[in-house]
Amino acid sequence: MSRLFVWLDDRTGLRDLARAFFFPQIPGGARWRYVWGNAALFALFVQFVTGVALWFCYSPSAQTAWESVFFLQNNVAGGWFLRGLHHFNAQVLTMLLAWRLAQSIIAGTYKAPREVNFWVGLGLFLFVLAASVTGWLLPWDQKGYWSTKVATNILSISPVVGPSLQRILVGGSDYGHQTLMRFFALHAGVIPLSLLALVVAHVYLSRRHGYAATAPAAGPSVSYWPDQALRDAVACLAVMGVLIVLTVRHHGAELAPPADPTDNFSAARPEWFFLPLYQFLKLFPGGTEIVGAIILPTLLMALVALMPMTAARWRWGHRFNLCFATAVAVAAGALLWRAVAADRADPAYNLAKRQLEIDAARVKVLAESSAGIPPEGAVVLLRRDALTQGPRLFARYCASCHRFGGQDGMGGVVAGEEKASDLKGFGSAAWLTGVLDPAQVASAHYYGGTALKNGKMIKFVKTKVASFTPEQKAKLHQVIAAVAAEAQLGPQPEGDVKAGTEWLRGEMRCADCHQFREPDANASAPDLTGYASRDWLISFIGNPKQERFYGDDNDRMPAFLDEHVLNAGQIAMIADWLRSK
Amino acid sequence: MDSDRRTFCKTAAAIVAGGVAAAVPIGAGMSALLNPLRPGSKDAHDFVRVAALDAVPNDNVPRKFSVVADQVDAWNKTPAVPIGAVYLRRSPTNVVEALNAICPHAGGFIDYLPAEACFLCPLHKSLFNSDGSIKDRSSPAPRAMDTLPAEVRDGAIWVKFENFRAGVAQKIPA
Repeated sequence: MSRLFVWLDDRTGLRDLARAFFFPQIPGGARWRYVWGNAALFALFVQFVTGVALWFCYSPSAQTAWESVFFLQNNVAGGWFLRGLHHFNAQVLTMLLAWRLAQSIIAGTYKAPREVNFWVGLGLFLFVLAASVTGWLLPWDQKGYWSTKVATNILSISPVVGPSLQRILVGGSDYGHQTLMRFFALHAGVIPLSLLALVVAHVYLSRRHGYAATAPAAGPSVSYWPDQALRDAVACLAVMGVLIVLTVRHHGAELAPPADPTDNFSAARPEWFFLPLYQFLKLFPGGTEIVGAIILPTLLMALVALMPMTAARWRWGHRFNLCFATAVAVAAGALLWRAVAADRADPAYNLAKRQLEIDAARVKVLAESSAGIPPEGAVVLLRRDALTQGPRLFARYCASCHRFGGQDGMGGVVAGEEKASDLKGFGSAAWLTGVLDPAQVASAHYYGGTALKNGKMIKFVKTKVASFTPEQKAKLHQVIAAVAAEAQLGPQPEGDVKAGTEWLRGEMRCADCHQFREPDANASAPDLTGYASRDWLISFIGNPKQERFYGDDNDRMPAFLDEHVLNAGQIAMIADWLRSK
Repeated sequence: MDSDRRTFCKTAAAIVAGGVAAAVPIGAGMSALLNPLRPGSKDAHDFVRVAALDAVPNDNVPRKFSVVADQVDAWNKTPAVPIGAVYLRRSPTNVVEALNAICPHAGGFIDYLPAEACFLCPLHKSLFNSDGSIKDRSSPAPRAMDTLPAEVRDGAIWVKFENFRAGVAQKIPA
């Protein structure tokens, strides 16, 4: 063994290399405050290892990126844990490097002869930020897609080269395959290689300069191994512990629903440590974004990079640097806090976040169903899904008059009065009971907001039904069961449907105005045959002016199909969603 | 002596702590990497319709057909795509046979030569008789071509398609 080692050392100089690495002298003894550099190095190592493993599981294209990440999360052993480590470690690494930078400024170790190593460290920090930005897009989910779009749009306002730079980065004018390929090549190729080169330079330079004693000596100088090495190893273990806790507590990294360029996610935000910059941009009125997004951040970075010069040339330089760094940190903290507080207090933001979680859960159900993910990608699963599109279409086309449980179908509050009935539970026994309740029928929840408020139905309910005997009320209850049964909403309503059908035609006199089962040329009110069933709803939404429905008595409701507002598929999705609730 | 032991303990502790910390990402990565070795729930294909009975004359001559079935490829499920090819032949007594077109030697795609009435793998020149058995003792193929279960249903030939491991004498599902 030792002969082999001697042979190898002869030819490689391994022994000297190992000595340079493991036995440099630490002036004043080993210290906990010296562990941060190697803790950051360890975090970088974790990022490389998990990144390469993720690479084996990732497919960069608009139809496969989200899908491959979904597969990793749900079908690969420990896949969620692997991705979770990479996700949370990106944040830990950024924080460790930021702290390293702060340490070096506080202790003044950026001064001669360590200026170049300070710049190398600054470079490491910036490249790690770039890795965060490029990695954010790769899962191709709603969060990454919409927030990265903002980032590349900001890039395009840079002077002169901005628009070209944006096109180069995006691979054209629109996001797509090329964007993912480029971001992936940057994230997994260019940036890690640059980081590696910078790390080599950083380690080389710090060994060349030796440890800077930044604390009063605690004892005699010791060699790095094993005293400081043990402290560093414990720090690495602590970093790992934090990562495991974060990953397990959140069950890995979130995967939002697949990116859909036609469905804006309004709560898109960058990674949290970019939030100060995000908040900062709000301070700049239109036309001056360039100042907040490009000029001031560049100036700030230049001032940081020039710190060694400032300290060397100016008597108060180091103190200025300290004050400047403190001011930046305080401002960043304040901006971060304001950004988070503003979002927390914003109902639209919280609604969009909630919808994102609903959609993410829904796409998981669809993707794991027997039909699986089609080759066009998982986004079509949501686009074809009534439970996903129904509420969106309702909010856009119906909620200006109708409500759904008092809101717009997606949980949003609609300003203004209800102009038409609330359609939650439309056609169910409960809904029909309300229509036939003298106290409710003329409320805005039913027909109070429509032209029908002076119609025959409301008159009938308010005068006739109001004076019903208990016996007649029992019969009405059976009629409600019979009409609710027409909707075929799943479980059959309680009550005697057959008897109810008899009363509907007979004593209750519904069929005097409503058509039921047989064609009735004299009918003046909506057909009760299959009332609120799928076919009935689709036909009704398509054109409520049909003789079968309201005919000329129709109030303001458009003929959505016949007037080409919606297509048949969209109407069917609204009907299916309404009926599913 | 005492300081030696302290140094040893510190060294050991540093190696253990660093090793444990480093093992976590490596372990997570290896788990994902070695995922294909997990006993999968790969569902075998059921019988699929391959050809009309009339498309295979009862002259005992093999003819090649694509097998079209639903394909599961990692996350994608694609209905009705070609997943392989089979040779079908029918005897004058209406016995139907199906052979997988993949060579059991190294997975080449086997051709049928009607003039010589034999199968030839273009890669390493394995020769098979038209019933799939090895024709030539010096043939590199370790076993005969793989037969597949075939049935006639309502005037069509249905085959239970499956691929087998190449390069071994036994017929083991791939």
